[in-house]
Amino acid sequence: MQVNVTKPSENLNIVIVGHVDHGKSTLLGRLYADTGSLPDGKLEKVQAICKQQGKEFEYAFLFDAFLEEQEQGITIDTARTFFMWKGRQYIIIDAPGHKEFLKNMISGAARAEAALLLIDALEGVKEQSKKHGYLLSLLGVRQFAVVVNKMDLVGYRQDVFDGIEKEYREFLGQFKAVPAQFIPVSAKLGDNIANRSQAMSWYSGPTVLDTLSAFQKETARSEQPLRLSVQDVYKFDARRIITGRITAGRLKVGDHLVFSPSNKRANIRTVEAFNIEPQPTEGQAGQSIGITLDEQIFVERGEMASHQEQLPSVSTAFRANLFWLGKKPLEKGRKYLLRVATKEVDCEVASIHRIIDTMDLAQQQGSNSVGKNQVAELTLRTKAPVAFDLSASFEATGRFVLVDEYDIAGGGIITELVHDDQEFLREEARRRDFAWVKGEVTVEDRAQQYGHRAAIVLITGGRHTGKSFLARKLEGRLVADGRHAYLLDGENLRRGLDADLSEEERGQTTEMARRYGEVARLLIDTGLIVVSTTNPFGMAYREASEAIRTLVHPAPVIAVHMSKTAEEPPPNTDVVLTGPTDFDAATARILDELKRRGVLAQAIGAKPVFQYSI
Amino acid sequence: MKHLRQLEDQSVYILREAYKHFNNLAMLWSMGKDSTVLLWLARKAFFGHVPFPLLHVDTSYKIPAMIEYRDRLAREWRLDLVVGQNKEALAAGMNHTLGRVVCCTALKTNGLKQLLEHKGYTGVILGVRADEEGTRAKERYFSPRDKHGDWDFRDQPPELWDQYKTTFPPGTHIRIHPLLDWTEINIWEYIRLENIPFIDLYLDKGDGTRYRSLGCAPCTTPIKSTAKTVDDIIEELRHTTVAERSGRAQDEGRGMELLRKDGYM
Repeated sequence: MQVNVTKPSENLNIVIVGHVDHGKSTLLGRLYADTGSLPDGKLEKVQAICKQQGKEFEYAFLFDAFLEEQEQGITIDTARTFFMWKGRQYIIIDAPGHKEFLKNMISGAARAEAALLLIDALEGVKEQSKKHGYLLSLLGVRQFAVVVNKMDLVGYRQDVFDGIEKEYREFLGQFKAVPAQFIPVSAKLGDNIANRSQAMSWYSGPTVLDTLSAFQKETARSEQPLRLSVQDVYKFDARRIITGRITAGRLKVGDHLVFSPSNKRANIRTVEAFNIEPQPTEGQAGQSIGITLDEQIFVERGEMASHQEQLPSVSTAFRANLFWLGKKPLEKGRKYLLRVATKEVDCEVASIHRIIDTMDLAQQQGSNSVGKNQVAELTLRTKAPVAFDLSASFEATGRFVLVDEYDIAGGGIITELVHDDQEFLREEARRRDFAWVKGEVTVEDRAQQYGHRAAIVLITGGRHTGKSFLARKLEGRLVADGRHAYLLDGENLRRGLDADLSEEERGQTTEMARRYGEVARLLIDTGLIVVSTTNPFGMAYREASEAIRTLVHPAPVIAVHMSKTAEEPPPNTDVVLTGPTDFDAATARILDELKRRGVLAQAIGAKPVFQYSI
Repeated sequence: MKHLRQLEDQSVYILREAYKHFNNLAMLWSMGKDSTVLLWLARKAFFGHVPFPLLHVDTSYKIPAMIEYRDRLAREWRLDLVVGQNKEALAAGMNHTLGRVVCCTALKTNGLKQLLEHKGYTGVILGVRADEEGTRAKERYFSPRDKHGDWDFRDQPPELWDQYKTTFPPGTHIRIHPLLDWTEINIWEYIRLENIPFIDLYLDKGDGTRYRSLGCAPCTTPIKSTAKTVDDIIEELRHTTVAERSGRAQDEGRGMELLRKDGYM
């Protein structure tokens, strides 16, 4: 038996997919047997078990480890197997082809850098052949070869092979997928797996093994613009280390980083590592790294670091292609947890544009839900702004999963940014923050001096609900407690800062809210707890509070909603006050919320825990 | 070397995800080569610190040198070591002659379950590798266990890209497997690259034998080998076609599938 003794220089993850019974596990077994990659005695052991149980030996049994899999003759879950060939270590993922186990196939394919897609020559192109082909494209597996198996059952006929190639190429062409190769094989008999087939002299292309060798390691994503999603921030010792995986580009000590969507900025002071001498000064795509910054800015998990010249998109909505694996269907209007890289945020499906039938790529419109194993085009809307990219340009930051209750229930790729109504203000905030001139006193210094962080309490509600009264009461209480608080009343802007606005502009919310938000932003920068109401905006308080939020981002906003009778408060409201208000109790609830959010310390006089500065 | 750094980056990412998402997290350490590499990777991920306890399920049948090595590293690396033992089973005289699967279930599986239950760990990090044996090849990086610690391999959660299952119903826990993609050779190459201290039972000390996989003394037999250094081991593994766990009695027949379904590591 020939044994491969070369040293590995790289790993390559390959997935084998295709319709059930088209011979994936058999191909894998054959590949191992013909390259001498099986442990001594494995083949003989499995053959002996088969004989004992009175079944014909199959190569598939080498990898279908579960008793149940061997009894039913199908693969239930993906298995990883390893083999070495010509200096490369292959991790081969055998994915199940049975449609019930689609989530396992997807889990396997999501890990792969290249794929082999099997089609049975006798059965031809089947439902899962198409679904798997489509999903490979959706999952971002662009390198793949189509292996037409069981050629022995069709008498090794070239016309059968050509027919399948033509039909399947046409299908793939509809979503612009181009396979590296079509290979006619018999996995059972070993034709064109590792050894060239004597029976198919009409085929002169590469064998399966040649094709694997020709697959490229994923192209260097290091040449793309930088993307580093913050995974965690550690303070185990004197160092405050920001960790994460660089998913694109490269960074080095001294680089100026922008964190989105907060727009916080700082320079990289060091690159941290354990047991690496000398200490590294740079990092590149693929690496899980740790960095320290020259300024103690507050960044948290989910922020995306990039260089200032090439920022990710930021929005509360995007369009996507999604596959759904949940036990319960995906429903329009229901809440799910969205995860893009390390960011987690609540979201809902704003609209389902169409369901795609992967059999014929027909599109069905007007649906309000997406069933298990279906693929759909939809728009998602998030509760807070998210940084992301389009999947066509950035793989890792252009895809997402949805979590339903405890489970990852679906995944997809982002195809388009959807402009939301905060877009212009967000852009204004970004430009303003990038150009912000700072004094010597940092935000952290002010917070230490004042004994609390800066924040804004924003009281919303209809007319005559007691907003002004509560705001005054809260300001009084905060100042009496020794806090630095200020009531920002819209009336004071109206006669001064807004005096240049025309009657018409004053009648609209947009410009008034923008000015109000910018003033609030300035006051927050002075370290104050700003108390404000949406009084100047009348019934347009929802629009106004969204604008103010965008402009003061990422300062903490404590949103309080007041109404006479029960009604739906604006999104992200923290304290809801309905009916006749007990103002003392309401003030106490707001103070509790300020403590819970880490703006105030738990007890007056005590120092708050400054895990971070704003 | 590049392929080892790729594996390291992936394992470090998984460890950091585990630490972020689980408040009550622990790592299983058997002092073998795999879980010691895992421990080293934790020091990599957390910059020299190990911010969770290390659990050792002591069957009382371990080779004494393993216990000495355990206590020495725990001291030197300032580890929070938690040792668990199924004392009732031992008091009742449990040993391998009563049946290997019976003994492993009592002392290891149940010993582990008792420890997890007692301490209320919701995330447990283990050093299992996909290339060790068939059922481990089908594991997820983040693999849920039900209220009884059992593994439902028929219905495993999807695992997409770098997104793992980190939420789970009360009473259940998640097993985390950062070494799934590593092979036996990768482990030794990494030990060499990073100069990780390992137990010398893995080396031939002159009698022409060494251990390739470490377990309980009665159920683990050394292999014939003259490998006296890590280089020798790597060279030997490049040429062998003998299964790594061929010296482990519990793998005979369907032993491992039955053990793992019930919550074995």
